Amino acid sequence: MEHKKINLTLKVWRQQNAQSKGSFTEYKVSVSPDSSFLEMLDDINNDLEKKNLEPITFESDCREGICGTCGLVINGQPHGPIPRIATCQLHMRNFKDGDIIYVEPFRAKAFPIIKDLMVDRSAMDRVMEAGGFISVNTLSVPDGNAIPIPKEIASEAMDAAQCIGCGACVAACKNASAMLFVSAKVSQFALLPQGQPERYKRVESMVKVMDEYGFGSCSNTYACEAECPKGVSVKNIARMNREYFMAKVKSQNVE
Amino acid sequence: MSWVWKSLNSSIGKKLVMAITGVALMLFLIIHLAGNMSLYGGKDAFNNYVRLLEHIKPFIRVIEVILASVFVFHIFNGTRLWIENKQARPQGYSVNGSRKNTDVFSRTAFITGSIVFIFLVIHLQTIWYKFNYSGSELDLYTITTEWFQVWWYAALYFISVLLLGFHLNHGFQSAFQTFGWNHKKYFPFIEKLGTVYALIMTIGFGSIPVYFFFFGGK
Ligand code: SF4
Ligand code: FES
Repeated sequence: MEHKKINLTLKVWRQQNAQSKGSFTEYKVSVSPDSSFLEMLDDINNDLEKKNLEPITFESDCREGICGTCGLVINGQPHGPIPRIATCQLHMRNFKDGDIIYVEPFRAKAFPIIKDLMVDRSAMDRVMEAGGFISVNTLSVPDGNAIPIPKEIASEAMDAAQCIGCGACVAACKNASAMLFVSAKVSQFALLPQGQPERYKRVESMVKVMDEYGFGSCSNTYACEAECPKGVSVKNIARMNREYFMAKVKSQNVE
Repeated sequence: MSWVWKSLNSSIGKKLVMAITGVALMLFLIIHLAGNMSLYGGKDAFNNYVRLLEHIKPFIRVIEVILASVFVFHIFNGTRLWIENKQARPQGYSVNGSRKNTDVFSRTAFITGSIVFIFLVIHLQTIWYKFNYSGSELDLYTITTEWFQVWWYAALYFISVLLLGFHLNHGFQSAFQTFGWNHKKYFPFIEKLGTVYALIMTIGFGSIPVYFFFFGGK
């Protein structure tokens, strides 16, 4: 079935590097409603390259909503207007002919702009290195059901583990707080037996690194949950708070 | 003990300070409103209430000192968080999408809090100061109700209380989220309780200037 193309005006943030001042550049496009948002940007880039102009820099990898690499702020909303999807899964059928679409990078002090729509999210990796893991011996794979875990607990841990580390929660939060992300990572381990040995050390050091990178503090507006492509719940933030308080009371760390 | 200090100054610690002081202030508001209701009992009822407070002044003083420090912590910490949170995003978005993913109560907590603070200063100056530094045979009922005849004071009181309601509607559930009580067993109830509490406070305090402005307390 042939679909009519829709005409859109795109205002895309262009910025040479972290130091330079960026601004919006306007692109008029005629695009199939079946195209994805990133495919549309690919098309624009092909055109730009043909004209020997600098293509728009943006990130993507899997393009199936599982890697967390893509991430644009579309008309003020991270990952665009449709809830529970990543930018790569957003299709142009969700826009109307004649729409003006503003495309901006994730903005946060902890996410400096590399170029155009691409930001440096390595602060999140540093938080993960601080405790987003369990220490195990690398021998043969352990038996999957050696440790019995109730279904409800396993499901809750899985819900938290769905986080793809995209950073949309930071981008959405008016305080650029990373608490939804960090709490998802804290929760997925805190809920399971395998996470217990490092439970308190984990939350203490992950929160410490999070603070060092200048993410804001949560003020419970819940914008993060609304924009998270995986629907990670703010209940995880409550759990992280509980974990943090318990860690402060119980841990051996007197620093 | 430096870990205590450091913990309270972490991102989560600062939230905890906001939540604890917030809950303390919410308890105070209940008592304050209960006392204010005696205004509806007329001159004698209210002045007797004031006399009772006068009677237990040493106790009231202690409460006042605690209350003042709670206020200072709440305001100081809230302002600090607001500044730091602004710094966490040096360059804002050109298109603001916050209407689509947050409610007005949480978005505006700092603004509503600031306006309530301005009101608080005026309120202390007009009523509390009189209570403390006028002679013993004080007719606070007349002083208070006369203030409510002043249109701008009545309006300011009413608007501040309305915004306080916004602030409380966010603050109540927010405090318990910070405490870590967001649990499917309790939280839906806490959220409802918070809205009911905010409504009672808004209607309770808000009715006073309306009543005395339009009916002059007669
Ligand atoms: S919590 Fe959601 S929005 Fe935040 S990084 Fe994880 S997947 Fe992205
Ligand atoms: S490119 Fe992998 S989630 Fe969008």
